[in-house]
Amino acid sequence: MSLARSDIDKIAHLARLGLAPAQADRLAADLSNILTLVAAMDAVDTSGVTPMAHPLHMAQRLRPDQPTEPEQRALFQALAPLTASGLYLVPKVID
Amino acid sequence: MQNKTIAQLAAELRLRHYSSVELTQHYLERIQRLDPQLNSFITVAAESALAAAAQADRALKRGDAGPLTGIPIAHKDIFCTAGVKTTCGSKMLHNFIAPYDATVVEKLAAAGAVMLGKTNMDEFAMGSSNETSFYGAVANPWDRSRVPGGSSGGSAAAVAARLCPVATGTDTGGSIRQPAALCGITGIKPTYGRCSRWGMIAFASSLDQAGVLARSAADAAFILDEMAGFDERDSTSAEVPVPDYVDALDDDLHGLRIGLPQEYFAAGLDPRIATVIQDAIKEYERLGATVHDISLPNTPLAVPVYYVVAPAECSSNLARFDGVRYGHRCDNPLDLQDLYTRSRAEGFGAEVQRRILIGTYVLSAGYYDAYYLKAQQLRQLIADDFKRAFTQVDVIMGPTSPTTAFPLGAKHNDPVAMYLNDIYTIATNLAGLPGMSIPVAPVDGLPVGLQMIGNYFEEARLLNIAHRLQQVTHWHQAAPAGFE
Repeated sequence: MSLARSDIDKIAHLARLGLAPAQADRLAADLSNILTLVAAMDAVDTSGVTPMAHPLHMAQRLRPDQPTEPEQRALFQALAPLTASGLYLVPKVID
Repeated sequence: MQNKTIAQLAAELRLRHYSSVELTQHYLERIQRLDPQLNSFITVAAESALAAAAQADRALKRGDAGPLTGIPIAHKDIFCTAGVKTTCGSKMLHNFIAPYDATVVEKLAAAGAVMLGKTNMDEFAMGSSNETSFYGAVANPWDRSRVPGGSSGGSAAAVAARLCPVATGTDTGGSIRQPAALCGITGIKPTYGRCSRWGMIAFASSLDQAGVLARSAADAAFILDEMAGFDERDSTSAEVPVPDYVDALDDDLHGLRIGLPQEYFAAGLDPRIATVIQDAIKEYERLGATVHDISLPNTPLAVPVYYVVAPAECSSNLARFDGVRYGHRCDNPLDLQDLYTRSRAEGFGAEVQRRILIGTYVLSAGYYDAYYLKAQQLRQLIADDFKRAFTQVDVIMGPTSPTTAFPLGAKHNDPVAMYLNDIYTIATNLAGLPGMSIPVAPVDGLPVGLQMIGNYFEEARLLNIAHRLQQVTHWHQAAPAGFE
């Protein structure tokens, strides 16, 4: 399995990762090598095998739909790079 | 002082042979003097450690000490600690001070442990050599030109160098067991779900598990007694009663059935490692165990399956780092897209970027069935191998790692070579089973780890099996030169 430079650009866009052109070429080679390693999976017939999503096959626990956490906006926003009036600031998205 | 066991420290603190402040100062002095050779700590929390130690001394004086009151501990820098920086080895979190403690941190503090600081690690726990850390590589105290293993490399090096009595770690594909092996210490990765993941920065959520790096199985048992248990804040936490791990340490091993998987002794294993592993297993026969050949036929698939499942989960988990709510944010973003793409490109290192991209690819439209679904099916077959084996034997043994510690830089630019280093540890995580590594005889002066894999929730049995060997052998007591 080999990935082209254009594949890398597409995946990087999906992952919201900005790549320098030189880096993208190197990543195309690295990722192709990893996919070659992964291709060993194809040798095994898995038809009829139930996929394992969780090691303990646990059911998701439920809890009453009631708030359990106190409001801590000021504490959490103290970590943020840019806030104003209790809001997180990002570049303008609507003209 | 630095060679005492946890039980000795707890007893002598109670007898007031020394105070927790004196003990804490002793370790802080060792860190200051010796860690420049290793780089095993990212943050040393001297001030808060001495304050916690003074509080421990007051509890000891009042006579209401907990099991670990006054005993110093280091936490892997993946556990959130309120008021002390948590970087996860990444530039992305270079300025992150968590607003709360991880459950594991909270439980150990409640038991009286004193946090010395936060240990170095591969960035977001992605690596097997501790070389992907933004805060620099960690040196192996046995040979400083070699890696300590990873991703809990800082914890392993710090415990081996006696810079802390014990440390926490996490294990997603071998990240406690492999560095324990390469640094000559004892490490345990409990069953998936045994210790809470709340406040432990997520890498691959169906694989991640917290555990202990210590100098002996007995020390690890004291710590795990306080760490393990159900946590309603972690939706995957196991609601299974926790036995007393210290109580079970001395159980007899007569009749224990040890399984040796032929696949763990096949081509690729350093034959000198095979010899010292076999020698350790002969010790178990002297202790009354019997040895049986078994097969885990899907072993060769573990690395390929892992490098689909773990990156897929990583790409989802790390989507939260967007430069908006916390962590690194690029300067002067042109628009929202630029804010995301540049903050993430600047904040994540090369290995994390590789894994995010692989994960994004295998989950993307048109590839999901071929990669992710296929890997989940094979994961079931790998778990079935263990299920079959545990109908024949009580514990599985083999090497932890195919080689001893390799030189710094040797595999850093070859991701696939690095990944293959975890060939014996990864299957345990895929199945969710508990595993341990304990030191056996060294090869060329470098430590070698014996891996033990138990059935689900049988940590007590693993610690017991490890402890009985450590009662009749001295390998776990060896200290690296210059750090005795």
